[in-house]
Amino acid sequence: MTETKLMKGNEAMAEAAILAGCDAYFGYPITPQSEVLEYLAREMPKHNRIVMQAESEVASINMVYGAAGAGFRTMTSSSSPGISLMQEGISYIAGAELPCLIVNVNRAGPGLGTIQPGQGDYFQSVKGGGHGDYKMIVLAPASVQEMADFVYLGFDLADKYRNPVLMLSDGAIGQMMEKVQFKSYTRPAVDKSWATTGKPKTRNRNYITSLFIQPERMEQHNLKLEEKFKHIRENEVRFEEINTADADYLFVAYGLSARICQKAMDIARDKGIKIGLLRPITLYPYPYKRLEELAAQVKTMLTVELNSGQMVEDVRLAVKGKVAVEFYGRMGGMMPTPEEIVQHLETLIQYHHAN
Amino acid sequence: MPTEEHVLPDTALDVVAPACHDEDEYELVYHKPHTMVDVSMHYCPGCAHSLVHKLIMEVVEEMDIQEQTIGIAPVGCSVFAYDYMDIDMQEAAHGRACAVATGIKRLMPDKYVFTYQGDGDLAAIGIAETLHAINRGENILIVFMNNAVYGMTSGQMAPTTLAGMHTTTSPDGRDVGYYGSPIKISELMAQLPGAFYVTRQAVNNANAVRRTKKALQNAFKYQQLHKGTCLVEIIGNCPSNWKMTPIEASKFIDEEMVKTFPLGDIKVPKAEDIKTPSASSG
Repeated sequence: MTETKLMKGNEAMAEAAILAGCDAYFGYPITPQSEVLEYLAREMPKHNRIVMQAESEVASINMVYGAAGAGFRTMTSSSSPGISLMQEGISYIAGAELPCLIVNVNRAGPGLGTIQPGQGDYFQSVKGGGHGDYKMIVLAPASVQEMADFVYLGFDLADKYRNPVLMLSDGAIGQMMEKVQFKSYTRPAVDKSWATTGKPKTRNRNYITSLFIQPERMEQHNLKLEEKFKHIRENEVRFEEINTADADYLFVAYGLSARICQKAMDIARDKGIKIGLLRPITLYPYPYKRLEELAAQVKTMLTVELNSGQMVEDVRLAVKGKVAVEFYGRMGGMMPTPEEIVQHLETLIQYHHAN
Repeated sequence: MPTEEHVLPDTALDVVAPACHDEDEYELVYHKPHTMVDVSMHYCPGCAHSLVHKLIMEVVEEMDIQEQTIGIAPVGCSVFAYDYMDIDMQEAAHGRACAVATGIKRLMPDKYVFTYQGDGDLAAIGIAETLHAINRGENILIVFMNNAVYGMTSGQMAPTTLAGMHTTTSPDGRDVGYYGSPIKISELMAQLPGAFYVTRQAVNNANAVRRTKKALQNAFKYQQLHKGTCLVEIIGNCPSNWKMTPIEASKFIDEEMVKTFPLGDIKVPKAEDIKTPSASSG
């Protein structure tokens, strides 16, 4: 039987990286995720893996680029301001089609902001934070268990699609302690014959680049990437539904917000409000289709986020105006209580009933 | 831009090509290294890049390390280096070559890893990555092409632009009171304990080319020792952006560039340091 441990989200994620066969981790300290680098600085050498504290997030993401380009399973993690610094490198990684895992333990911003949790990096994560046309697969854990599980999933998806994968967590999920189990994991075989490992006489040289100076070739590359993203949209949408079968109302929330909404749902149900929850697990690709289906069933959707209203735009895109989509959020590292959310829900229901 | 003296006379086109002879009649005295891709290059006439590409690939061929060598191309004129060098290569973002090289070399410590970077790439936007890679003593070779201008973007001022030198962004000459003095990267980096071998060379005449080749040979061989970073700075000719003929550009190096960037070894390993590899090969 698998052992159950009590761990911080950040440490569970770091331990999962070791178990997932991560060859190298490059990082830079930033609150609230410095435990990742600390944990791996202690543990990776025991497994003869590479761990390095880089001089900046700019350097660490480019170290990831080099190691991933050489065919190694590689990751980095940071928090919001550090992830902003990595955007250049992420764009190059996406352009050069390198598999790697990037973890953002989101804190509230903008700017230096605060070290408290936030979800203000949604747009940056799913709409392309760096320049040019690209997408990352974005996984949003809502528990310590998922912070561990999504490391395996993230690496596997990155390898499968030769694309960077972002795990978008937040300061609360990263810092809180919960039960976690590390399941047995078998790494899928992946062809990395494209990697720069040194050119034998038997093959042509490999080169890693995102440069295609002729517009005709660049467009071909763009179309190839778009084809890949289409395939990802068709095959990799993940979400969780709770109490949607009989729901008149629907919470839409991810990560920490979904955890709070789960409690709010219980309170509302006790009051006789038939509300369900849809929790997107992949923020890209997004569960547009399922939300559109639910739009035919529920009267109102309430999106709850720790920001000024970012994912709510995707919910509105999904439902195509068929149902009212409302928003409730807190910012600056403040978290709504379940009661606060229920109160807002009741006000909305009264308003929609009156109109 | 063609000037009158560059226009070919009408008769130039009338020259009869020499008749073909049997190959056996000739003794092969020179060939391009087999480690180079057989294509024509995009570089301007008189540019140093093509020559330095060839020197690096000659060393790779002579040491028979094509299979063990990974190069990093920069952003700049030599952005297409991987089109010419027949080895595995990675294209780095502007200035990030040393970080990319770190990622490769740390995971494959027995491979030969080199970066090829210009002065804008290395000395401006990438100075942090460069300095820290050298300070960590990464066992890589940094080939630093210093031609005192941004070549690819057509001749803007670089951190290494000479005092008073005219560029498109210093039209009245570099004002050191406003922009500071040219950065002497090699002297600066040689201060770091992680730097194992630092030298500044040129390729503007046959002797200089031979010395540069020797420096590159040393640097590749030293990489086997796992004792630190090798930095080979090469003063590069850039006739197009200096607005000179190739011959004038070569003279400009001897007469002006070397005043700020004197040629020669800046840090050489001690005799005992090049005898045995370091105990830690990471």
